[in-house]
Amino acid sequence: MKNADTSQFSKAIQEIKTLKKKNWSKRKKKEAWWGLLFVAPFIIGFLGFMLLPMLFSFYGSFTNYNITSQMDFIGLANFKRMFTQDELFTTSLYNTAYYVLFNVPLTAVGSVFLAVLLNRQIFGIRAFRTIFYLPAVLSGVAVYVLWMQLLSPSSGLVNTVLSWVGIDGPAWLFDPEWTKPALILMRLWSVGGSMLLYLATLQNVPKQLYESAEVDGAGFTRKFFHITLPLITPIIFYDIVTSTIGAFQIFQEAYVMTEGGTGGPSNSLLFYNLHMWNKAFVAFDMGYAMAMSMILFIIVLTLTFINLKLAPKWVNY
Amino acid sequence: MDLSKQAPIEQAGKKVNEKHFKSRKRQQFIGKIIVYIILIAVSLVLLAPLGWMVSTSLKSMEEIVSFPPTLLPETFHWENYAYTVKAFPFFNYMKNTIFITAFVVAGNVLSNSFIAYGFAKINFPGKNVLFALVLATMMVPGFVTMIPQYILFTKIGWVGTYLPLIVPSFFGSAFYIFLMRQFYMSINNELIESAQMDGANHLYIWSRLMLPLTKPALITIGIMSFNGAWNDFLGPLLYITREENYTLQIGLQSFQNQSTTQWNYLMAGATLVMIPTIVLFFFAQKYFVEGMDLTGGTKG
Repeated sequence: MKNADTSQFSKAIQEIKTLKKKNWSKRKKKEAWWGLLFVAPFIIGFLGFMLLPMLFSFYGSFTNYNITSQMDFIGLANFKRMFTQDELFTTSLYNTAYYVLFNVPLTAVGSVFLAVLLNRQIFGIRAFRTIFYLPAVLSGVAVYVLWMQLLSPSSGLVNTVLSWVGIDGPAWLFDPEWTKPALILMRLWSVGGSMLLYLATLQNVPKQLYESAEVDGAGFTRKFFHITLPLITPIIFYDIVTSTIGAFQIFQEAYVMTEGGTGGPSNSLLFYNLHMWNKAFVAFDMGYAMAMSMILFIIVLTLTFINLKLAPKWVNY
Repeated sequence: MDLSKQAPIEQAGKKVNEKHFKSRKRQQFIGKIIVYIILIAVSLVLLAPLGWMVSTSLKSMEEIVSFPPTLLPETFHWENYAYTVKAFPFFNYMKNTIFITAFVVAGNVLSNSFIAYGFAKINFPGKNVLFALVLATMMVPGFVTMIPQYILFTKIGWVGTYLPLIVPSFFGSAFYIFLMRQFYMSINNELIESAQMDGANHLYIWSRLMLPLTKPALITIGIMSFNGAWNDFLGPLLYITREENYTLQIGLQSFQNQSTTQWNYLMAGATLVMIPTIVLFFFAQKYFVEGMDLTGGTKG
């Protein structure tokens, strides 16, 4: 009796348990469907606008596709042509590397400088923050047209200011030696974006750290290198990853400021993406352009990977 | 160590300390002045281009070509703006830009809020893998997908319409999803659970509870995507084929091509195109900064 009773009891418990479990998993299943419904737009967008196009691009890079009729498989011919016959490809790679190499560190230094400058509680600091950030929110053709005027050799503001201190300014956008520095200068104007990132981090640093350092007699430079810099390295790391990738994609500036993508004097502003653009949408050499886009993808992935690998060595998480 | 020798040393030390303290105060004062000088100098450098733009836009044609250039216009030629608006044609392009921008903003705000809710508040298998994928898409350069996307839009007959500029914004974008999810994480789950107890489903919870609660984040995304769409050059350059459909960006670029050295008109055009962004920035600076803070605080 007692035995049967207990067995029944345990059965009931078992049943309740399974019932509960069943109910729970049913609920879980329902939840899962809801979850999928909510993220569905992303999945559809990812497949339709990213993955499938990229797969097409991957295949297309081995063809002579020209958007209208031909799409013959030509193996590695596009890649071979890129590195052996297309001189402009090498030029564009050089121009882009030059731009990235100068732009990324200068922007990082500039934005850290501005952030440190703004990280203090003094009168009017909010107004300064607004002013510093303003150029960063401006973008597009209006900014490029403005800078074409600022950099104009005879009537521009930059050379006018330089003439005040007795410097005969260069021809900027008309001199192949100075076109890229001109773009880098323009970019420096809008360092406010990453400055805010650094500022947000700096404002979270406990004040006591600086105060106790001051008691120990640390000056500005020691405080900067021993407290500030180690604390913002994660942000520097993030900033460098994103701005390297961003700088590699430079296109609009060069397109607008060379009047329709001609590449500027001596092709000195023919950046990688501009060359790709001309191949794809001017020459309709789509297969070749897609091969170029694959190389771009590999370059950006490699840069990201290197950055991620190097990060643990100098980032203080 | 002789004890008798230590007392004078201590006294001397005190004196040095006092002196040190005074000189430190003076140093701090001088430091403050130096900081202000640098702050003002940097501000001037950063604002000068905008001041120059407006100043140039009001100069006469003769003054533009005079050398050396003047800092301020001799007389203010407001008619430059009237000329530019006509030559451009500014208002037609503005109408087109507003049309596209409105859809892009709506698409971005709705889709990213919707998608991020799924990632932040609902459990389903594979969620973490999928979210890693969202973050990974941020690493893919736009130019890698641009050409095949163009081919796709050509094949389905969308080139020459606004659809390629508008439709993708309804499918979420990694950065905004990330930002929105971050915001959802700060909202208590109990609210959702109790709503579920009352029989509300996720669609209801999202549309009735979450949308009002996440307003600040939605405004942030709205403003960022407004800025993105208003200043987008690449998309319209690729997909808009007829001149009457041009946006302000394309219009300004072709205006620049036509009137290369008529800087007064060009600067008037640039000023007009920039004004919405500048006005928005001054009214909603908080949200611009918030967007940066949300990402900055969590990265690294």
